[in-house]
Amino acid sequence: MEGVIFDIRHFSVHDGPGIRTTVFFKGCPLRCIWCHNPEGQEFDPQTYTRVNRLDGREFKVTGYAGKHVTADEVMEEIEKDIVFYEESGGGVTFSGGEPLARPVFLAELLERCNIAGIHTAVDTCGYADNEELQRIIPLTHLFLFDLKLAFNDDHEKFTAVSNKNILKNLKTVSSAGKEIIIRIPLVEDITDTQENLAGLRNIINELKGITRVELLPFHNIAQSKYRRFGRSGFQEQVERYDISKAVKIMDFFLESFPDVTIGG
Amino acid sequence: MNSRIRKLRKESLEAPYSLSAERASLVTSFYSIGDHEKYSRAVQRALCFRYILSNKTICINPGELIAGERGPSPKAVPTYPEICLHSLEDLDIIDTRKKVSFSVDNEFKQVYEGTVIPFWEGRTQRDRIFGNMSNRWVEAYRAGVFTEFMEQRAPGHTVAGKNVFLKGMRDYREEIHEALSRLDFHNDPLAFEKREELKAMDIAALALMEYAFRYASEIENLSEKEKDPARAEELHEMAIICKRVPAGAPSTFHEALQHYWFIHLGVITELNPWDSFNPGRLDRHLYPFYREGIDSGTLTKERAKELLQAFWIKFNNHPSPPKTGVTAQESSTYSDFTLINLGGVNEDGSDAVNELTYLILDVIEEMRLIQPGTMVQVSKKNPDRFVKRALDIVKTGFGQPSFFNTDAIIQQLLGQGKSITDARNGGASGCVETGAFGTEAYILTGYFNLNKVLEITLNNGTDPSTGKEIGVKSGDPGSFRTFDDLYDAFENQLRYFTGIKTEGNNIIEKLYSSYMPAPLLSVITEDCIRKGRDYNSGGARYNTRYVQGVGLGSLTDNLASLHKNVFDEKTVSMNEMIKALKANFKKHEKLRHDLVYNTPKWGNNDDYADRFAVMVFNSFYNAINGKKSSCGGTFRINLLPTTCHIYFGSVTGAMPDGRLAGESLSEGISPVQGADTKGPTAVINSAAKIDHIRTGGTLLNQKFSPAFFSNSDSKKKMVSLVRTYFRLDGHHIQFNVTDAKTLSDAKENPEKYRDLIVRVAGYSDYFNDLGETLQDEIIKRTEHEGV
Repeated sequence: MEGVIFDIRHFSVHDGPGIRTTVFFKGCPLRCIWCHNPEGQEFDPQTYTRVNRLDGREFKVTGYAGKHVTADEVMEEIEKDIVFYEESGGGVTFSGGEPLARPVFLAELLERCNIAGIHTAVDTCGYADNEELQRIIPLTHLFLFDLKLAFNDDHEKFTAVSNKNILKNLKTVSSAGKEIIIRIPLVEDITDTQENLAGLRNIINELKGITRVELLPFHNIAQSKYRRFGRSGFQEQVERYDISKAVKIMDFFLESFPDVTIGG
Repeated sequence: MNSRIRKLRKESLEAPYSLSAERASLVTSFYSIGDHEKYSRAVQRALCFRYILSNKTICINPGELIAGERGPSPKAVPTYPEICLHSLEDLDIIDTRKKVSFSVDNEFKQVYEGTVIPFWEGRTQRDRIFGNMSNRWVEAYRAGVFTEFMEQRAPGHTVAGKNVFLKGMRDYREEIHEALSRLDFHNDPLAFEKREELKAMDIAALALMEYAFRYASEIENLSEKEKDPARAEELHEMAIICKRVPAGAPSTFHEALQHYWFIHLGVITELNPWDSFNPGRLDRHLYPFYREGIDSGTLTKERAKELLQAFWIKFNNHPSPPKTGVTAQESSTYSDFTLINLGGVNEDGSDAVNELTYLILDVIEEMRLIQPGTMVQVSKKNPDRFVKRALDIVKTGFGQPSFFNTDAIIQQLLGQGKSITDARNGGASGCVETGAFGTEAYILTGYFNLNKVLEITLNNGTDPSTGKEIGVKSGDPGSFRTFDDLYDAFENQLRYFTGIKTEGNNIIEKLYSSYMPAPLLSVITEDCIRKGRDYNSGGARYNTRYVQGVGLGSLTDNLASLHKNVFDEKTVSMNEMIKALKANFKKHEKLRHDLVYNTPKWGNNDDYADRFAVMVFNSFYNAINGKKSSCGGTFRINLLPTTCHIYFGSVTGAMPDGRLAGESLSEGISPVQGADTKGPTAVINSAAKIDHIRTGGTLLNQKFSPAFFSNSDSKKKMVSLVRTYFRLDGHHIQFNVTDAKTLSDAKENPEKYRDLIVRVAGYSDYFNDLGETLQDEIIKRTEHEGV
């Protein structure tokens, strides 16, 4: 079984409990205009030109965003840090891109992690085939579920897809009794409007299993990545999200949820 | 911190570093009189010690609670001409050099020129050492293959054990007298030597008591003159304490601190031993006094804290004696490496963390001093609360405390043949060195430049920087057909040079045994009295001699590069590689780029590179471990650099990992600066591949941004990181918590960062006191940004 990933990051400390390894799947059905992982959008491996500097000279080399990997190769990398997971109560997080866009590969990795006794988390935008999702639910200990926009028109406008299927999937995960961390990106005038935040709060208020709400303020650290792929736009035009505003939004969610954090 | 401590701390920080000629002058007059000739060497040394203590200036600083200065005033450092004589030229260098300087006034120079230099020239321990070394030793030393610790400072490398806090000099003298009475001149051919050593120890113990009595009467005088009745009463109490200790065993918390302090001063006045001296397991030693005081109502927590802080200031008043030449380069710091141990386990193996441990951690956080250095011993039995409290202090960014693995240290000591009790009473001192406190002389003998040996191998026995043939003919590298051929040649050179090093050590050990006994250190180190043998002659219960390997990370990357590029993928021939190295990669920039960017590196949990670290570790271990030293010790290895990776880098040419000539090498077992790109778990997994249990200490440095310590959740992850490394038998890990931006700013604007302390390599230092190369290196060390 093969999949395409663009990174495996060890000592990942913001994607679930404990010390984790995050596996980034390549390919995403959404096109969020604020996306900070542009290399995760396309499904096939890409190449780009990277510049290495040494003693004032520049060396152009080919960089690779994404490669075909087997489940064996991914597992070998994941298992390297088993002792860290054990000591810290950590594990593996499948992120992306969108891991559920490669449901068979994801299911295989989850199954093997379960056999190895490794805690599993799936970081998803929720846009997935509901039946495929149901197959991976029993293999997943924690969902990091992104919620961006409460109203469908906005969702289509800023992410290029409808949120209907996403909200249905969220209900499926919730009614399966899974632990869910909701992640909300804070993007000025897009996701942080009073209506949208209230809408999102209403949606999650009706669900069970939500243990935490994480607010992720927009940052433009991905500028250079966009440039690498010859793209520009939002990342360069918009400033880093104002933290004092994020704190106010945190208070708003704290009215309904005991555990709300900023910055993951 | 109360106003008294704030004032004392400020005075200590602001006192100028200077040299004092007093000790040199006293030693010179003692030996000039000639009266000493009728005594054995050991007795001579003891009498000389007594002469110094009877005549040196008594210094009591206003407001202080613990008395005693080695020099005439804080940070006024004595010299030791019988070990190493500074020439007028040396003194100018010491006075004017940019880093780690000491002011030398005209009076000092006059004393040196007039009496000290004429008397000691040509007859110091340093002269004896260099006069006794073979040509091949001198050539290897000059080439920078190794350094020699004992050429400017005496052996020390030991730590006070628990008995030091339970016995007074009178108790020790009783033991000495008993040992003397048991001497059997009929049947023991060594009875005479033993008698002389014991007589010397007796004189030294007496001298220390008398020295404290001098303090007692001077303090009593001050008390009588004092106008402030509260201070007069305080001085009166201090005078009583100085009469009681170290003559007798301490009975209160205050007495225990003052008692240790006199012993510390005695050890560092007798000679200039490496790592000064060290109270070791301070929370354990002081706890009975603390408990008794609190329970009986004679001590409050606040008073205990104030006394500890006053004690801390005494260490800060005592910088390392001045070093010059190679010694200054391998250990470029004012720190004299006292490393206080907290936590760990008790003698019975139970959790040793107590109430006082936390109080001492508060003291460390408030004092923010480079001296004394502090560390926490973390056993699997210690609670997370203890580790978290230590991490809180790390977060404040002055590099302390560092983290040590008690369970690994105990295994190391057991593996070396110590009893379980002695092992549990042990810990780490200096930078990271494992030792059985109170019972072991574990003497570091010098750093060993692993990468220079590879450079010499690649030049078939010749040092390319001088063209001299200093190694063995290990074969023309161009003729090596496999990597194994190359590695065999490297091992051959390694055995040759480690042989030269240990051969030199054995001579130097005898020179110290014959000429420089250390009677006071012998009194307080267990079994010296029982055996009637001096510390420097193997009198301690255990005697270990270390050779410290430097540059494991660089060497691993170099071997990985040769393996991959020359033998495996054959992208460059050996001869082309050597040509590029000789040219320092000039006109070979593309090759250098590939070596830097496209070759596996140590610290990324990549077996392609990491297997060479294991290979080199085993070769270095096999070349040294288990050899016997001339006074009955055993040679072992550890892996730490202090600042020697910079000196060794400066004498090593360009290398196959793409490192340019002269650049610093990797430090400890840390990856080459910037070469670890896979994050801290990968570094830890790599580092754990070598067998720490067979060493006497390894050093791993990791730089983190403060964000990793920001909230309880992230702190918990840092605790897990430490615990995981220790579960994998890692020996030590230290964290530098300052962002690179702050450091760059500090380099540009040193005046704004006078208090900026960073972790260097096994110790902390003021950023401003570091050389530029080291400053740049610390800035460069990978910052693990957890995005």
